[in-house]
Amino acid sequence: MGNSRRSFLKVAGITALGIGTKPVLDVFASSGGHGVEPKPEVSKNVEVFTAKRWGMVIDTRKFHSAEDLDPIIEACHKIHNVPEIPEPRHKIMWIWEDEYKHVFTHREHELINDRIKHLPFLVLCNHCEKPACVRACPTKATFKRDDGIVLMDFHRCIGCRFCMAACPYGSRSFNFRDPRPFIKEENKEFPTRMKGVVEKCNFCAERLAVGKLPACVEASNGAIVVGDLDDPESEIRDLLSSNYTIRRKPDLGAGPSVFYIV
Amino acid sequence: MLELALKGDKKYWGLVIALLTFIGIGFVVYLKQLDFGLGITGMSRDVSWGFYIAQFTFLVGVAAGGVMVVLPKYLHDYKAFGRITILGEFLAIAAVTMCLLFIIADLGQPMRAFNVILYPTPGSVLFWDMIVLNGYLLLNVVIGWNVLEAERNNIHYAKWVKPLIITSIIWAPAIHTVTAFLYCGLPGRGFWLTAILAPRFLASAFAAGPALLILLCLIIRKFTKFDPGKEQIQSLAKIVTYAIIINVFFLLCEVFVVFYSRIPSHMSHLQYLFAGLHGHGALVPWMWTSMALMATSIVLLVIPTARKNECILAFACVILFIGTWIDKGMGMISGGFVPNPLHHVTEYMPTLPEILITLGVYATGLLVLTILFKVAVGVKEEVSGVKDSCESC
Repeated sequence: MGNSRRSFLKVAGITALGIGTKPVLDVFASSGGHGVEPKPEVSKNVEVFTAKRWGMVIDTRKFHSAEDLDPIIEACHKIHNVPEIPEPRHKIMWIWEDEYKHVFTHREHELINDRIKHLPFLVLCNHCEKPACVRACPTKATFKRDDGIVLMDFHRCIGCRFCMAACPYGSRSFNFRDPRPFIKEENKEFPTRMKGVVEKCNFCAERLAVGKLPACVEASNGAIVVGDLDDPESEIRDLLSSNYTIRRKPDLGAGPSVFYIV
Repeated sequence: MLELALKGDKKYWGLVIALLTFIGIGFVVYLKQLDFGLGITGMSRDVSWGFYIAQFTFLVGVAAGGVMVVLPKYLHDYKAFGRITILGEFLAIAAVTMCLLFIIADLGQPMRAFNVILYPTPGSVLFWDMIVLNGYLLLNVVIGWNVLEAERNNIHYAKWVKPLIITSIIWAPAIHTVTAFLYCGLPGRGFWLTAILAPRFLASAFAAGPALLILLCLIIRKFTKFDPGKEQIQSLAKIVTYAIIINVFFLLCEVFVVFYSRIPSHMSHLQYLFAGLHGHGALVPWMWTSMALMATSIVLLVIPTARKNECILAFACVILFIGTWIDKGMGMISGGFVPNPLHHVTEYMPTLPEILITLGVYATGLLVLTILFKVAVGVKEEVSGVKDSCESC
């Protein structure tokens, strides 16, 4: 914990420094004619969160009821302009909650203890090591980055929904209609989508790129941790080695990167 | 040769106008879908493929079924089929046309369809499906047209056509195999995750395709001067008989594996289709109807005296076609999505706009078929007319 806290503060500090120096650089850039080239790479100063292989641990012991999860879901959906469509068939979900027996379909048994039976679990894209959706996509509109994050190119997606059939976790949503009228408060920093394309959790790639933690992590009061699965020193690896964790449908071999402490 | 399609009697033009009406209605509703999005269909987050993809799957089978007249003619030199190979090829053209239209109708962003070519992704089965379907369409257009034109001019078709014909014979099973691979390679869908899927698809294709061809032959005989021939129809009937028996056998193999192993993620889909799941069973009566129709058709086709009676044969072909259509066109696709990966049951039923668009695509295919068959039959009548006059002189 201390380790990631330190690195987070470091990042925050450098980020602040970056923002602090920007006006100065802008002056240089606009002064012109004095041999000072404009520096478009100002953002270089902004430290980003990087990892060799991103992963997530959800400590479900820290959740007790659906009310604990709602702020997390809301934070994600608000930041990413996820519409609230009343018609259930057309629902868009990046992160949502469900019961144990639905989330861990292969582990369910009738004698499971009451806490687990009634505990709501968070469900989201697993950012698989071998994503079936990426394999199925005929246009590379969905792709896996080198750091393990599975992303969508909303402008390339043809809306064939092959990825939705391929995903064994039901993590993808399709815009069956124009989502924009159903966005309560638009976040101008993140694109809205048009009808006819698929979308899903993007691991807050846009936030990691500017040194911010994923929205769900921020809203979780420490119950959700993201980090580098390839770094033995990382907090996430510490959590994984000190707790028993499970993943959804590991038998399918997709290699989900979301782990649950139960 | 197309000019042959411009001369016809009242019945012909009546049919063309009726089909154009359905195409028009379908097109208008499609414009609505283009404007609103696929939300006007019954599809959902859980059942993300519906009627369009199911029709596409069924029709790939019909298209592949055309090879059942081409193969015996060219690989076994079964001359009787020479009379009707063109019907098989033209049926394939019409069926593949419908397949492509159904895919377009199913796309969320159809104007981006060319992204599949712009960013070719050989790892995706859809990429290969695009190649095999368009390839099969092209092959059948080139072959059908050249062979028919040669027949009209009373000459042998050009030498370069033969390799294309052989290619098309290999290509036909490929289109349906690749189509099955769209589904059976997906890790989380127990219903499709079976190696028997492609063979099952082929078996039902080689039953439904030739069965439709038999019906078309009987219609042609009734309404034109061209008789496709008794022997031809009976040979096709035998092919249909074997294919439908194999199809049902493969299905039973699947049922055994699924229910003897008792793996829930594989069982739940068949349970949903044939018995209902958690109180949901919209498809149950359909699926049992399909089974009854296929079983009855087998009984009728297996008994030689029944099969040789063309009235009974026609009836058997009709119920077989409907039975395989329900199996593939209704159960096969939504059955794979119910229950969903989280074992929730969301049912699917096509909406009226969806059905109207579907009818529009079918009407387009039938129009293509009508025009092509008109040309083919026109040539056949012409040629036999020439022969008749020669015999008389």
